Amino acid sequence: MKIQVKNIYKIFGNKPEAQLGKVKAGMGKEALLDETGHTLGLNDISLDIEEGQIFVIMGLSGSGKSTLIRHFNRLIEPTDGHIIINGQDVMALPERELEDFRRHKISMVFQRFGLLPHKSVLDNTAYGLQIQGVGKAERAEKAGYWLEQVGLKGFEEQYPHQLSGGMQQRVGLARALTTDPEILLMDEAFSALDPLIRREMQDQLLELQQKLHKTIVFITHDLDEALRLGDRIAILRDGELVQVGSPEEILLKPADDYVQAFVQDVNRARVLTASHVLAPAKLTVTLKSKPQQAVELLKEHSSEYACVLDGTQLKGLITVLDAQRALNDNADSLANYLSSVESVRSDTELEQILPNILSNNGAPIAVTGKDGGFKGWVSCEKLISLVA
Amino acid sequence: MFPELFSTRELRKSIDGSVDWLVTNYADSFEALTQPFLAILIWLEQLLRGAPWWAVILGVALVSYAASRSWLLSLGMSALLFFIGAIGLWDQGMQTLALMLVATGLSVVIGIPVGILMASYDRFRKIMLPVLDIMQTMPSFVYLIPVVMLFGLGKVPAIFATIIYAVPPLIRLTDLGIRLVDADVLEASRAFGANRRQQLFGIQLPLALPNIMAGINQTTMMALAMVVIASMIGARGLGQEVLIGINRLEVGRGLLAGLAIVALAILFDRITQSLGKRMSVAQQDS
Ligand SMILES: Nc1ncnc2c1ncn2[C@@H]1O[C@H](COP(=O)(O)OP(=O)(O)OP(=O)(O)O)[C@@H](O)[C@H]1O
Ligand SMILES: [Mg+2]
Repeated sequence: MKIQVKNIYKIFGNKPEAQLGKVKAGMGKEALLDETGHTLGLNDISLDIEEGQIFVIMGLSGSGKSTLIRHFNRLIEPTDGHIIINGQDVMALPERELEDFRRHKISMVFQRFGLLPHKSVLDNTAYGLQIQGVGKAERAEKAGYWLEQVGLKGFEEQYPHQLSGGMQQRVGLARALTTDPEILLMDEAFSALDPLIRREMQDQLLELQQKLHKTIVFITHDLDEALRLGDRIAILRDGELVQVGSPEEILLKPADDYVQAFVQDVNRARVLTASHVLAPAKLTVTLKSKPQQAVELLKEHSSEYACVLDGTQLKGLITVLDAQRALNDNADSLANYLSSVESVRSDTELEQILPNILSNNGAPIAVTGKDGGFKGWVSCEKLISLVA
Repeated sequence: MFPELFSTRELRKSIDGSVDWLVTNYADSFEALTQPFLAILIWLEQLLRGAPWWAVILGVALVSYAASRSWLLSLGMSALLFFIGAIGLWDQGMQTLALMLVATGLSVVIGIPVGILMASYDRFRKIMLPVLDIMQTMPSFVYLIPVVMLFGLGKVPAIFATIIYAVPPLIRLTDLGIRLVDADVLEASRAFGANRRQQLFGIQLPLALPNIMAGINQTTMMALAMVVIASMIGARGLGQEVLIGINRLEVGRGLLAGLAIVALAILFDRITQSLGKRMSVAQQDS
């Protein structure tokens, strides 16, 4: 377990502690504001975030996303509750150890970049190391490496205001990675970027994550982004946690109308994959089966075709007619009577499968795993029910 | 006629009494306290007056070049100083210059830390704001009386009076500059584990620098505005020339001394301004 959030409450105002009792007794955000003038930022948030995950926190503006993520490195103190990281209660850290924790274990990428305008790109990237007291040569080397990783080699001596938004955020990302933290906090890191650059940055993040396996807490108010990046997604509303689950769970089993409203406009064909429309094969025969057996099996199941496997690998399709032909020819095996079959990998997005189905004139499409093993067929009924 | 609520005569008397008490009991220790400043001022004054005139002009030319990286400005500043010498006010000019430098230096030493404290502690800021208002609006003669009583006539009270009048803009602009630092940038530095010292020297002061430089510029200008008054309590220099001109109704003497003060003002203004400009540009794209 990497990060545990335990019953975090945050109330903004003059005397937050005094209002805690009312909130715990069930007073909502609006009532609290009307009665006491205090804003309920977070209401009893508990979460578990696994190591190596990209954990996405979503919600509308004002739902408390920024407030929550700033609790992880204690830029904001909670009114009540604990954050436990690697077994250590962050709220119990004294000032010095907190600084140390921020220097080495956790870093952050900001929505408005938060670059230092008076420092060069290289010095910005090396800022975390400078704070740690690392020597100049080592700083330059590490910062240079990460700038190259995010594609900014050659811009070391420029200043932030000379870069485009997308480039500035790459500096922000490089700066966060340069201290080699275990945890990366990203507060709407890509929201200020235009859609194309944004998609590029998402790809880059996913690519880096494949190598780095950091624990990433990523905030967004964009469901497409959440579904693309998130291993798990938490949804906040008015400071309360509404649902936590995998992207599929959020999409297919929204907990309430709020989440439903979020997901209804999403382009499912882009998010869901072949594994979501998988129908297990009713009938399989092996390559070694005799034509006689195949014909009998097909008749028994009154099926027009069966798939033919060699071990787990899909070899092709045998139709009733072809099986009959093999029997008439007195063939040894079905090997020469197979027709080829279209197949897609289970992580293929539905969007890419749709054209195949149309061009395939209703012929079945097989789904294979990453190792090429046969998993089943694309179910047209499921596909239509999910995408339509 | 406004009714007399209490005896103001008594009030004035008791104020006078406490100042008298302060003077009789502590004047010596106050004077001892100020000896180091006096020593610096006298040393600087002797240096400037003792050095050959061309060496001083050369020095100013180099300082202006260092501040602005412009030979043109450097040449202009030298010409201004030459002008002061040419109208026969070199010696007085050097006296005023020395006083200005010490007063500005002390203002920086006092003003920037006070400004930082104001930006860091809201309560201190609430106390300081009215104090600064008083320092800037109270007629300087009012505090000249007790200052002179405490320190006697001479250079030290002149420095004090000048600082009291000239330091508020620097304090205000330091406070403002630090407050204007982008909260996002400061938050980022905290997120990377910067402590208070690293935040102050790495982020807040560098980003507030353009405002602080503007404050120093204002302070030098206000200090020059004080030279005539300062000379009334024994600071000599160009202010004294103006006073003599007034007393003897010698318009020419007063005018020339006035022009020399203007020349010094331009000198300080251009040098501090171009330094400030260059620093804020260096921050952005060096
Ligand atoms: N310093 C503060 N003082 C008072 N109220 C605050 C403060 N910070 C946040 N809030 C309130 O807490 C709530 C949550 O704010 P937060 O910034 O966490 O929202 P968010 O989900 O990040 O929104 P956005 O998508 O706009 O960034 C809001 O109602 C906001 O008004
Ligand atoms: Mg936010």
